[in-house]
Amino acid sequence: MEKVKVTEFFRKYTMILALVVVIIFFSVSTGGKLLLSQNIANLVAQNAYVYVLATGMLLAILTGGNIDLSVGSVVCFVGAIGAVAMESWKWAGTAAVIFVLLAGIIIGAFQAYWIAYVRVPPFIVTLSGMFIFRGLSNVVLNGKAVSLKNDAFIRVFGGGANCYVPDFIGKIFGIEKINVLTLTVGVLICIAYVLILFRSRGNKKKNGYEVKPLTSEIVKMAIICAVVLFLTYKLAMYKGIPTALMWVAVIVVVYGYITSKTTTGRYFYAVGGNEKATKLSGINTNRVYFIAYTNLGFLSAIAGLLTIARLTSAQPTYGQNYEMDAIGSCFIGGASAYGGVGTVPGVIIGATLMGVINLGMSIMGVDANWQKVVKGVVLLVAVIFDVVSKKQKD
Amino acid sequence: MADILLEMRNITKTFPGVKALDNVNFKVEKGEIHALVGENGAGKSTLMNVLSGTYPYGSYEGDIIYNGEVCRFNKIKDSEEKGIVIIHQELALIPYMTIGENMFLGNERGSKLAIDWDETHGMACRYLKIVGLNESSDVLIKDIGVGKQQLVEIAKALAKDAKLLILDEPTSSLNEEDSKALLDLLLRFKEEGLTSIIISHKLNEVAYVADHITVIRDGATIETLDKKTDDITETRIIKGMVGRELSDRFPKRPDADIGDICMEVRNWNVYHPVYTERKVVDNVSFNVRKGEVVGISGLMGAGRTELAMSIFGRSYGSNASGETILNGKKVVMKSARDAINNGIAYVTEDRKGNGLILNKSIKENTTLANMGGISSKGVIDRNKEYAVAVEYKNKLNTKTPSVEQLVSNLSGGNQQKVLLAKWMFTEPEILILDEPTRGIDVGAKYEIYCIINQLVSEGKSVIMISSELPEILGMSDRIYVMNDGKIVAELDACDATQEVIMSKIISMNEKTGGEV
Repeated sequence: MEKVKVTEFFRKYTMILALVVVIIFFSVSTGGKLLLSQNIANLVAQNAYVYVLATGMLLAILTGGNIDLSVGSVVCFVGAIGAVAMESWKWAGTAAVIFVLLAGIIIGAFQAYWIAYVRVPPFIVTLSGMFIFRGLSNVVLNGKAVSLKNDAFIRVFGGGANCYVPDFIGKIFGIEKINVLTLTVGVLICIAYVLILFRSRGNKKKNGYEVKPLTSEIVKMAIICAVVLFLTYKLAMYKGIPTALMWVAVIVVVYGYITSKTTTGRYFYAVGGNEKATKLSGINTNRVYFIAYTNLGFLSAIAGLLTIARLTSAQPTYGQNYEMDAIGSCFIGGASAYGGVGTVPGVIIGATLMGVINLGMSIMGVDANWQKVVKGVVLLVAVIFDVVSKKQKD
Repeated sequence: MADILLEMRNITKTFPGVKALDNVNFKVEKGEIHALVGENGAGKSTLMNVLSGTYPYGSYEGDIIYNGEVCRFNKIKDSEEKGIVIIHQELALIPYMTIGENMFLGNERGSKLAIDWDETHGMACRYLKIVGLNESSDVLIKDIGVGKQQLVEIAKALAKDAKLLILDEPTSSLNEEDSKALLDLLLRFKEEGLTSIIISHKLNEVAYVADHITVIRDGATIETLDKKTDDITETRIIKGMVGRELSDRFPKRPDADIGDICMEVRNWNVYHPVYTERKVVDNVSFNVRKGEVVGISGLMGAGRTELAMSIFGRSYGSNASGETILNGKKVVMKSARDAINNGIAYVTEDRKGNGLILNKSIKENTTLANMGGISSKGVIDRNKEYAVAVEYKNKLNTKTPSVEQLVSNLSGGNQQKVLLAKWMFTEPEILILDEPTRGIDVGAKYEIYCIINQLVSEGKSVIMISSELPEILGMSDRIYVMNDGKIVAELDACDATQEVIMSKIISMNEKTGGEV
């Protein structure tokens, strides 16, 4: 019995353990540089697009291992039209943002229509999209870079040098040594987390739901709170919360909620688990596909905004391989290549793992080509593990 | 005594929870046509799968003696090398390959690195001539009819140097003319010394071609009839197929309270989803009363599932037409959602394929068809969901430590209960149960029957589709018999016997099957 529990534990938390091991490895091999405040802030800012796209990709993968190859090109294209709208047409930042989001949704819906209602394989539709929107990006930008001068836009979407949420609390009290806002947020997150957990335990008990043993929950809670406090402390010691992190947090929380708590979210899992059974249960499975891919268009638009804001320009080469980072994060984060299995927290772990490996290797000065090799190996190992562990279960 | 080509001795094969074959003995003489008959699920196909090595040596008990030696087949290839070739009911041809390519698939001419296409097509032509098929070997399979495809299958088998040909329901998708031609072909092969085993439901055909007939029932051989010595008539064969005692395997329902008609289906027609000119359900009309169990009997492929699924929000087929009248009102149901909203539930025959999400918990499966019942404004109330799952688990006596258990970890009977729970939670007025007890053990069957009785006593109606005659007879108030897409008889439960139902099916087959 004990042995079963141990293997079950390892299976459930493999990726978290892997992440810990990787962090320790790079901390040691970079002489502690990995965990410098600045590097942690960079990790978030540089990988913001991965978190956003991977969250969207998860929904598509849940429907049956379906992927979207076009997101990189779409990110580039919507970024390009946003930049052109702001710089060439002199649109206001808000108008440009709305324009970009609408464009993303329309592009997503266009691809989603063929996938969901005409049943063209997603691979083909999005491969076409990959070519089409890469080409259109070049057309829109005339093959040249457009640099952004709209400061307000850049600040809101976390770009340039000044990419941190201003510490208005610290200002009131005149504290400058440490970012008070960041610390406050960290503490608030921990308190909210503990409260929610205990409330749900109470509710579960009241309804006769079985609850996990209190000690293990407290240990888990303590670990999570410690990690949150550590990270916010590190960020507070630098310049505070990167603006991009705010966007990532909002998206992760919203989509985490949708996938775990709403009926719509449940349908993604159901379709991936057994589409025929889902259809016979009176659920419009076509619409599930449609939502998954339209949503990817929407999130690509957000990733596009984050990308052009961070780099303060739009270029026809932006967004290359973004789709691969997103897909990789999902699979490393435990999503099943057959669909029906995967969670937003898992994807966050997957994306972070990839991000840490990238960052760690960059600090160590590993050649970029070798970085790709390592990423590829990590992805393969993660999926092999998933497939093999499932086989053993049968 | 004639030469024995094949003897299967004391074959026993068990699947988890079910004994599919129980000490079966089966002998085939050299150069004869031997028919294997029995109800659906009697074990015919399982026996043939044991013979062909689909179920490898070691997964069953008993001996196969072929040509005087004991054989241990580990895969199909092993049995084919000895000349035992099986042709399955569903044709295994690849539509976008040519006749010649299909015939030598897995048996390629030439070397491993270079297929000799001239030899392939040359040999293909020779075998096509033998089976009397007048087509070029480079025609694509998709461009020829089903009857010709069946001949290609036979040519393919012959090309493997078959000594013993096994045909599983070879005429089930053929029309009268093609069936006759096929059977005559088998008789001709017999003259030339080929031995065949034919599995068929069409007893008139069996009586026409077979030298010996072995009857299998409930996984055991009942008898072998000899054309020379026994009087082979259809009634005689039927007696062997169904002749078992009806004991109290069915719970008694205290005085059924049957009300008014709650659902009526009129002139229902459905066409095949792919071959849209093929009619699958042909002008079917029937009705169901409140508190009634209506049985729909018939053989596999009679169109029962297709009828049920097309009524359930057009979930099967194309161009469904006809009227559905619920409680006196004409209703059009265009999707499964419409059907559920109109109080109809369809519990599929294929619980793993169409019913359950195996890698999800009992809880999530239970609520899938009625998410509205456990959520408000699209947000799931997890506690309510849990409570619902527990309630149905207790109600149906599902044996599981927790409703968080994955459905794939349950036995067939318990999976069936989860499936039933899912549909009972949609609070339907009419439940269509398609083969509700397929592949589950006797104890679980009895419990399912009790649940059915409970449902009708609450005033709900049940339409039960089943291939098992005793079940139909034991549970139904009224019985419809379906064959070839049509309803061929309506019987009151008190008038019906296994022999009557079987003969209704058989006599229809004769009418459509023609004067073979």
